[in-house]
Amino acid sequence: MVPQLSWYLALSAVLFTTGVVGVMIKRNVISMFMCIELMLNAVNLTFVAFSSFFRDVTGQLFVFIVMTVAAAEAAVGLGIIISIFRNRESLDVDDASTLKL
Amino acid sequence: MSSEQFFTAYCLLLTDMLRYIIFAPLAGAAINWLIGRRVRNERFIGLVACGSVGISTIIAFYLAFKSDGALRSTQPIMDHLWTWVQVGNFRADFGLAMDRLSGIYVLFITFVGFLIHVFATGYMHGDGGYYRFFAYLNLFMFAMLTLVLGDNFLLMFVGWEGVGLCSYLLIGYYLDKDEAAPAAKKAFIANRVGDWGFVLGIMLVFFLTAAKGVASISFFDKPAQGVNSALATIAAMPIDGFTWHAIFAGGITSVAVLLFIGATGKSAQIPLFVWLPDAMAGPTPVSALIHAATMVTAGVYMLARCSAIFTHAPTAMFIVAMVGAATALFAATIGLAQNDIKKVLAYSTISQLGYMFLACGVGAFIAAIFHVMMHAFFKAQLFLGSGSVIHGMHHEQDMRRMGGLRKYMPITWITMVCGWLAICGVPIWAGFFSKDEILWKVWVAGPFNLPAGAAKALWFIGIVTALLTAIYMTRLMVMTFWGNERFREADHHHDEHHHDVAHEPHESPLSMTIPLIVLAILSTIGGLVGVPYAISSLAGGHPENYFEETLAPVISTVPSARVPEGATENLRWLSPPPQEIDGKPAVAPVGEAPGSATSHETPNPAEITEERLLALVSVMIALTGISIGWFVFQKQPVRAMPRLLENKYYVDEIYDVTIIQPIKVGSREGLWKVFDLGVIDGILHAIGGSIVRLGRTIRYMQLGFVRGYAAIILAGALIIIGYFAYNGASALRFLVK
Repeated sequence: MVPQLSWYLALSAVLFTTGVVGVMIKRNVISMFMCIELMLNAVNLTFVAFSSFFRDVTGQLFVFIVMTVAAAEAAVGLGIIISIFRNRESLDVDDASTLKL
Repeated sequence: MSSEQFFTAYCLLLTDMLRYIIFAPLAGAAINWLIGRRVRNERFIGLVACGSVGISTIIAFYLAFKSDGALRSTQPIMDHLWTWVQVGNFRADFGLAMDRLSGIYVLFITFVGFLIHVFATGYMHGDGGYYRFFAYLNLFMFAMLTLVLGDNFLLMFVGWEGVGLCSYLLIGYYLDKDEAAPAAKKAFIANRVGDWGFVLGIMLVFFLTAAKGVASISFFDKPAQGVNSALATIAAMPIDGFTWHAIFAGGITSVAVLLFIGATGKSAQIPLFVWLPDAMAGPTPVSALIHAATMVTAGVYMLARCSAIFTHAPTAMFIVAMVGAATALFAATIGLAQNDIKKVLAYSTISQLGYMFLACGVGAFIAAIFHVMMHAFFKAQLFLGSGSVIHGMHHEQDMRRMGGLRKYMPITWITMVCGWLAICGVPIWAGFFSKDEILWKVWVAGPFNLPAGAAKALWFIGIVTALLTAIYMTRLMVMTFWGNERFREADHHHDEHHHDVAHEPHESPLSMTIPLIVLAILSTIGGLVGVPYAISSLAGGHPENYFEETLAPVISTVPSARVPEGATENLRWLSPPPQEIDGKPAVAPVGEAPGSATSHETPNPAEITEERLLALVSVMIALTGISIGWFVFQKQPVRAMPRLLENKYYVDEIYDVTIIQPIKVGSREGLWKVFDLGVIDGILHAIGGSIVRLGRTIRYMQLGFVRGYAAIILAGALIIIGYFAYNGASALRFLVK
């Protein structure tokens, strides 16, 4: 059975929804961070699937950009998380609700 | 420097000399304000103040009487300083002009002003605010001369407001007097009411002339600036009808009535006269200069200047005559019962101003100006005399505490006798000629602006006023200079530090008596410049009435019953064409065929007899009044006068109840509490409050919880996706057009 485009899209939707739900329900900032990564990679999967389907390399190029941005975002995000942890001694995002450090 | 160069420089200096008349006092004011306040040397301050006015006086006399001076040629002397307003063809310049009318005004303003400045150096001796007083007084001279010399309505208005300001400053000069500040405020506010009319009148002149071609508010034709005289434009328009309707028609009558409202404020006529008696809270030289001799006659000047407007508005002239006569009589009756020597003179001033307006109202503008000038002499004399008395009595103004002063102050007494005889209208003294002239002109006033019989009624009011004037002035003189000496009586509660020392009255210093003497001489013989033919022919003298002849070319006259029908064509001029110096007048007087060589109308013998008879009547009236006053008050100087008169007909109280309190209460309860606090503050608070409430609501979106924001982002994303999912690709059409 040859994988259809719809399979990839369905997997991507599942991954993305998992990421969204994870961001919404998780309090641990690391988990939220991982869920965000999950969403990004779900989108990446869609890009690659469409790229293969349309025989167009543009989508794959875009994936590289997304990965680069994700790496940068991970660096900044982890920096913020460390900073919050030093101040709050907690990884619970609800503890960081005063809009300041 | 060669003589030719010198001559050129001399001519240059002369052409611009008019400006020095107004700027010399301004410089004096500036010097006294900036330097005098530091030097604090009375001699220096007095010298600057008197010197600057003295310069004005000398220049004014030179410009008026030189060979082609203002009073000797029909062409005004012009001095264009700078362009003030220029919009299209409309111009209002800072330009000065001295013609025969403003020339006469400037002469007596500067001369009487100079004498009063000299007097004030003695009167204000030892006062803490000496520099301030003279700075204000000089500033007043500047403003008054600007008012008179301004060649257009707008500049006149600048002077008009300037004198109002100086009047305010000087009435409130005594900062420690309780009544001074409210009196100053009252004068200022009453004048603002009048100014409202004046400003609207100027605007209407603008629109009227604009409707006739080029808008102008200038008094004179100024070819160099391309300005036409607004007065000439109006003079060329048809005469308004004599109806009440004309007042609100927006035509010439409306202009005249509005200008007259301005004049009632400045010249203290009914209904705006209430400020003048209170203005006596200022120093006495101020009362003499501003509130008797010069500023209050600005209204008469304005009417005479605008005679072309008024002679086209019979309704307005009727109103002027009625208000003038009513004021004359009304104020004279109040003056009868006042005990403050300055209050008597204040009401006398109002009454005499009423006379002047009565004269304007019957078209006798020249007689009005004549009376203005004579009044400046004798009223300044009387006020300065009263100032001398007050000075000698150590600031006592109540005549009930005077009496018998002629022994102590002989010069003041004799000079005041001259002023007294002048105001009563005893022959030879100045007031006789001017007052008699007015009464005669009222008697013969034509049907142009007065219903049948009104002229005679007005004459009767005039003669009753003359009688009352003689009575109250005699009362003043008797209470002050004759009778028993009442100033030693107890109850000098007012000045405790002077306890029993120096209560003897004393004669004033020379700086005060010399102006008194000069003014007394002028009050005595000043009237000889305008002796009417009917009187002068008695003595077999020359028939010219110099004063009338001087002013006739610049004043419009009304068509009267005694002028033949065809002659009215000659009345519609104002700015006469240039003429050769000392030649025949450019415009022939009324009642004479144009082009005839002599300028004297041949008087009708019957008329002359009538005039002489009336003069005799007014002399009799004056003498009757003096004898009534003498015999009534000689025996018992302090007698109870009717309460109604003593309380000034309760006019202040009536104004308080009918106008001031409603405005105060309406402002406080309505404008402040309802409108300001309710509406204005209400709107602002409502706007502010609703934004606060909105912010409080929206604030819940910014909880600070990361997952909250994530939820909002998710919701937004879902909405957008949902929108496109629901509408399909067609929703994107706006992107691709």
